[in-house]
Amino acid sequence: MKLFGEKAFLVEWPAEVDESILYDILAFTEHLRSNQLDAALWELVPAYNSLVLICREKIENPDQLKKQLKAWYLDVKGRIPVKRQRWKLPVCYDPEFGIDLEMVANTLNLTASRIIELHTEPIYTVYGIGFLPGFMYLGGLADDLIIPRKETPRLRVPKGSVGLAGQQTGIYPQESPGGWNIIGNCPIPIFRVEESKPCFVNVGDRIQFYPINRAAYDLYKIETQVGIYKIEHTIVDV
Amino acid sequence: MFKVLEPGFFTTIQDAGRYGLRDKGVPWSGYMDVKSAQIANSLLENKPEDAVLEITMTGPILQFEAPAFIALSGAEMPASINERSIPNNEVCRVEIGDVLSFGKLKNGFRSYLAIKGGIQSRKVLGSRSYFKSLTDKDRIILGDEIPYNPFNDFHPKISSIKTNSHLKKQHLDVRLGPEFSALDKASTEQLFSTAFTIAKEHNRMAYQLQEKISPHKISMITSANLPGTVQLTPSGKLIILMRDGQTTGGYPRILQLDENSISILAQKKFGDQIYFTEV
Repeated sequence: MKLFGEKAFLVEWPAEVDESILYDILAFTEHLRSNQLDAALWELVPAYNSLVLICREKIENPDQLKKQLKAWYLDVKGRIPVKRQRWKLPVCYDPEFGIDLEMVANTLNLTASRIIELHTEPIYTVYGIGFLPGFMYLGGLADDLIIPRKETPRLRVPKGSVGLAGQQTGIYPQESPGGWNIIGNCPIPIFRVEESKPCFVNVGDRIQFYPINRAAYDLYKIETQVGIYKIEHTIVDV
Repeated sequence: MFKVLEPGFFTTIQDAGRYGLRDKGVPWSGYMDVKSAQIANSLLENKPEDAVLEITMTGPILQFEAPAFIALSGAEMPASINERSIPNNEVCRVEIGDVLSFGKLKNGFRSYLAIKGGIQSRKVLGSRSYFKSLTDKDRIILGDEIPYNPFNDFHPKISSIKTNSHLKKQHLDVRLGPEFSALDKASTEQLFSTAFTIAKEHNRMAYQLQEKISPHKISMITSANLPGTVQLTPSGKLIILMRDGQTTGGYPRILQLDENSISILAQKKFGDQIYFTEV
């Protein structure tokens, strides 16, 4: 546990990408959020093997807080973590959206349909949210889909693009520059500014993709716009 | 409201920021130079979090459509109402039809225009601060009409102040960052003994520095960043995250600026020099 500037604490776990570490962090995070720290003053940012606690004001007595945090951690250590959501998200892999799908297929020596199978098979874990509002760092990509990011990033990757880069897969929540290989598009917005809770996904949730055709894509897009699309989700034990 | 006759180089609406969504990837945003924005707001006896215009490098031309009281603080870019020049850090009254314009930047980089009662634009997720991808715009544009509540009568307790200006300060107070200890001796010495120059690449997200320190192979797992975090890229380049900076990152966090130093840096531009001082 380290003081990080004058306003934050960094708590670190062993440097591994491991679900049990993530869920230990999340149990601690939830405990702090619901019982110990004033939400108006503190923001808690968990990711992979770390938790950063950021105060809006200067931390007056860091040594005392450090002791207190340790005690709070011991309250929950080993406790069964809270239940998580598993979200099923549709992806249209049509060439119109999956602009790199053919190139990826050639590079990996797989057919496009095999790539779609490999991409929709796993249940991914959300290890963090950052980079852009609503951008999920997903763990659990099939080894066969590991491909380097593009040498020259695109200036504009469309919103909803689903990409591959290294050991990662993810969705661009907004249009942005980016170097990932784009294989499809998800019509469901991950981040919606007009909602009071703008991002339905939490760190620790699970994500599964399923393929849809172009007609379903258009339908879901319209249903989302008028607010009647219901994202398929179930509560899962972790 | 006031009407934008010319937008200037990069002018945004900013308040104290957007809180509670860092774990969803949303940076706080808000005034880059908090100190100057607060001076302008406090002269008008506004709330410390009231929304102001943040004016970058060159000023806009604005026309007021209702009486108001305004105050400017931060960078020196000589302003005038109609043809009459108005100083920074002083309360000024404006009448219907008055036009506010700015001269050439003399010192600093960001100027703050506060208005009595605060700018009343629409809030997005609890804040009026512009941030690309959340707000409709990322800067004001020609023809925008920016709302405020008219004020006819206001007797400020203090009409002007002399500030102990931070515009010319070059020393940034830093604490050692979480990955500082992974640096070699030569790099740490270089960090605290040499001047660094602001690179061309600087904006509300981050300031890059021209001089590099030694390349490194420190690898780390993605973790949260803060405004004022100094990141080190593998090639030895230093990137200082600012108010719109990404909430998470995978580069070693070698230093952390304190709040006041973020305000100092916010007034720097390409070619300016800074030093890191450990506190």
